[in-house]
Amino acid sequence: MPEITEETVSHLANLARIALTPDEIAKLTGELSAIVHAVEAVNQVATPDVPATSHPIPMENVWRDDVVADQLTTEQALAGAPDHDGSRFRVTAILGEEH
Amino acid sequence: MADLIHMSAAELSSALAAREVSSVEVTTAHLAQIDAIDGNLGAFLHVNANALAVAEEVDAARAAGEPLHALAGVPVAVKDVLCTLDMPSTAGSKILEGWIPPYDATPVRKLREARMILLGKTNMDEFAMGSSTEHSAYGITRNPWDGDRIPGGSGGGSAAAVGAYEAPLALGSDTGGSIRQPASVTGTVGVKPTYGGVSRYGAIALASSLDQIGPVSRTVLDSALLHDVIGGYDHHDSTSIPTPWASFTDAARRGAASGSLAGVRVGVIKELDSEGFQPGVRAQFHATLEMLAAHGAEIVEVSAPNFDYAVSAYYLILPAEASSNLAKFDSVRFGLRVTPEGTPTVESVMSATREAGFGDEVKRRIILGTYALSAGYYDAYYGSAQKVRTLIQRDFAAAFDQADVLVSPTAPTTAWKLGEKLDDPLAMWLSDITTIPANLAGIPGMSIPMGLAAEDNLPTGLQIMAPAHADARLYEIGATIEALLDAQRGAPFHTLNPHFSAGGNR
Amino acid sequence: MAKDALLDFDKALEIFEPVIGLEVHIELSTKTKMFSSAPNIFGDDPNTAITPVCLGLPGSLPVVNKEAVRYSISLGLALGCEIAETCRFARKNYFYPDLAKNYQISQYDEPIAFDGELEVELDNGDIITVPIERAHMEEDAGKLTHVGGSTGRIQGAEYSLVDYNRAGVPLVEIVTRPIFGTEHRAGEVARAYVSTIRDIVRALGISEARMERGNLRCDANVSLRLRGAEKLGTRTETKNVNSLRSIERAIRYEIQRQAAILEKGGIITQETRHWHEDTGTTSPGRPKSDADDYRYFPEPDLLPIRTTRETVEELRALLPEPPAAQRRRLKAEWGFTDLDFQAIVNAGLLVEVRETIEAGAQPQAARKWWMGEVSRTANERGVEPSTLVTPEQVADLQSVIDEGIVNDKLAREVLVGLMAGEGSAREIIEARGLAVVSDDTALIAAIDDALLSQPDVLEKIREGKVQAAGAVIGAVMKAMGGKADAARVRELVIERAAAV
Repeated sequence: MPEITEETVSHLANLARIALTPDEIAKLTGELSAIVHAVEAVNQVATPDVPATSHPIPMENVWRDDVVADQLTTEQALAGAPDHDGSRFRVTAILGEEH
Repeated sequence: MADLIHMSAAELSSALAAREVSSVEVTTAHLAQIDAIDGNLGAFLHVNANALAVAEEVDAARAAGEPLHALAGVPVAVKDVLCTLDMPSTAGSKILEGWIPPYDATPVRKLREARMILLGKTNMDEFAMGSSTEHSAYGITRNPWDGDRIPGGSGGGSAAAVGAYEAPLALGSDTGGSIRQPASVTGTVGVKPTYGGVSRYGAIALASSLDQIGPVSRTVLDSALLHDVIGGYDHHDSTSIPTPWASFTDAARRGAASGSLAGVRVGVIKELDSEGFQPGVRAQFHATLEMLAAHGAEIVEVSAPNFDYAVSAYYLILPAEASSNLAKFDSVRFGLRVTPEGTPTVESVMSATREAGFGDEVKRRIILGTYALSAGYYDAYYGSAQKVRTLIQRDFAAAFDQADVLVSPTAPTTAWKLGEKLDDPLAMWLSDITTIPANLAGIPGMSIPMGLAAEDNLPTGLQIMAPAHADARLYEIGATIEALLDAQRGAPFHTLNPHFSAGGNR
Repeated sequence: MAKDALLDFDKALEIFEPVIGLEVHIELSTKTKMFSSAPNIFGDDPNTAITPVCLGLPGSLPVVNKEAVRYSISLGLALGCEIAETCRFARKNYFYPDLAKNYQISQYDEPIAFDGELEVELDNGDIITVPIERAHMEEDAGKLTHVGGSTGRIQGAEYSLVDYNRAGVPLVEIVTRPIFGTEHRAGEVARAYVSTIRDIVRALGISEARMERGNLRCDANVSLRLRGAEKLGTRTETKNVNSLRSIERAIRYEIQRQAAILEKGGIITQETRHWHEDTGTTSPGRPKSDADDYRYFPEPDLLPIRTTRETVEELRALLPEPPAAQRRRLKAEWGFTDLDFQAIVNAGLLVEVRETIEAGAQPQAARKWWMGEVSRTANERGVEPSTLVTPEQVADLQSVIDEGIVNDKLAREVLVGLMAGEGSAREIIEARGLAVVSDDTALIAAIDDALLSQPDVLEKIREGKVQAAGAVIGAVMKAMGGKADAARVRELVIERAAAV
């Protein structure tokens, strides 16, 4: 596997939207390398003939009828919001985005 | 009437039904215990101001002759990972400080429907990431057996609350051992049900394919009673198992009464009986196996070679799912918002919020999970880990061909000192080696106290595992083993705690 | 914004071959959302049609809407697709404030439908087969409203508002394979394709498919390659194309814009571009640094969907006729000329004419009303003909003519009443006093008057010069205020000419 650099961690932090400090990036670079090296062991037995398991208990066709339920009021929805205008959630401007 | 806080939930249920005590008395006694010791113990993040009012209602209903659930009026503590309408639900994270959900988690709703008394919310590692509860944003929880030691994690709060007689029952969540390992190191009982046995609706998700809600108590019967309340199908959770479950309470009562393990094949997993485990833990484990054999159990050695890869697979699957599950904490709809200096954009606000709101362990796992899923690495990491999962299921299937239940020490060690493993995340992660396989395979697991480790006089736990859907078997055999161990010891395990039981024993 | 250089369209096509690809999103008209039991409604007050799932609240979990799956299978079949025996949902991870969970539940490597093709008819009747790669289920995002900052500069006061009513509305995304050989008709093919899909989903009854409401959205991929080249050129994806007309215009614009760049030796940037209806141009969207790393993985909160052969056949049996086949059949049944039929299709009135005929009108009458008076009025008012009257009303209008209650001229007045919402044709006739005079006594009196006042005409009629009756008929119609059945009047005039 390729080496994990500070650039790698910076990129991941950007993907994950965490504004890591330079110190955190440096520390995580070392930790991530060690961890990735350890967990790579899975490749020793994960051969092509082994199917993947995404759900521990296999089921299928779990669905619901098309019936309205569990609705929240606007007040309930906004109660925990950091900022709102009474009916909508308010967020800081989105840079350069087209409407 | 005996000291109310030392009674089991089953005993409280009987006393309440017989009107020997009121729910107000029982609740008051537990609130008093919390008041007296929790400042130091740190098991609770929030105490329910409404608990006594609900207890009064239950007492009034009982006086009016209304039919009531067996656990009506019995107090219960709730891990802060579960959404509660009337109490903050933070999952131990600063990013959710003060957040009060507009809905109840299904297990919580079921507690209320049974008219149990919600005492409050218990401390946990942030988003259930950790094995020591030291990763909570709201401070540590101490081990009731030794205040300088960890109570396990992530559900250290629930285990400590039950171990320190603040509550007879509690709810936990178990993604890789977060119910069973704290039970082991606090000398309590904890059960991770079959995946899908208890609804995850309203449980703040860590890793969706691994998380399971379960009971915490001081006796096997009490866990069974609580499991019967919270378990069963829920249409809000697609992974909820639709088939009905037999009564776990009946199974536990049957097991406790039997007194024999004749004909029971107990499989010892070679890979989880490691030389590297703490000697006192191993000694207790082997002494327990001898006791089981003496009572008729057939002890068989089984091998699960792929368990060697379980921790690696787990630490790929969990961070990957968690990195996605935790993306919703973005400062838009709920929780913390941190606005950076200068000319902020929604993007920089999100990044600053997540930087400030998440602790180190959470960031570490999100970064790892993001890496494991990112372009070009999926097959090598997440995809391979899902294959290991298949191999571990096969190992379990082979083992259960030879044995009715599988056993191991619940944790490789007893409770370690606070701070001891904080700087070594990999060492902390390896402490889950015994519990992780059950989560990967979705099977049920239980931890019951075995005895004290010779070198440190701290609790050790016996883990019992059964095939998927066979949770009743765990309760039956677990209750038998518990009864045999209690008989051998001459007292329930929890009465051995010198800090809490002295003078309180009946 | 700098103005793009454009190469002349014909010149562009001389040098380059356009290759297009289309991604169409259809909002399904189920009662509830894709993974949440919130109502699926349009235009309600903000943040009212929501559950914990729509807001991505901690602890909330998705559950699949069975009806949405059935709709998707039907659509897949109508597009000639294979239906997957098992398909799965996947998470597409990216941060955006309109995406409550900051991942979209979609389908990735296992879509519900794949490998289809759709016959599309162009204005001149040519049929083009569009290859379809896949159709997959996913959820819509919420709606952002940007407030302030009209100068485009980011200022402290500028902010955005988020409404999650639309978050989680079921979508089917239909993706074509690259469409080759469209040449100068690239835009027309795209328009006809989207229009055909609109007809299909309406016929299936699975979506309102109103582009202006965003029920049906189209992203157009365009790339150019030098004539004779094998390798495809770099493509752009144009979003925000909200009408059939703009699809055609946007593609034409992109061809001209890309050609101008390539012709000068420049390179095309792979990017998302936004279509501007007002200026008829496209502009680059925000460059996304992580656009190609969505970290897809199987959605652990949902289980696979298995579709049995029986379900597929059950739904296949319920499919309406494919639009192209239906057109061939209708043209024959109605006995229209190619020209007449194509005019209806091009006017987008096929459904209206068909439903009018189904409601009882003769084909020619139905065609005449929709293509005539109704279209003319719609043109004047700048609206769609279908918004003025319903097919049932037009059939009703024709029935009062067929019964001789009104003549053609009066019927036009009834139509005005119908378009004004004055009630049924008969109610309007009553209220406006439009019925023709069917009482022969009154007509005979008027005819006798007219004949006697024009003795020369009377004489000609008596001599057998029947065409002379026209003058009398005109006078009678005038006397009756137009409320007479001209054919009946003619009959009576000839009869009375002999009698008076």
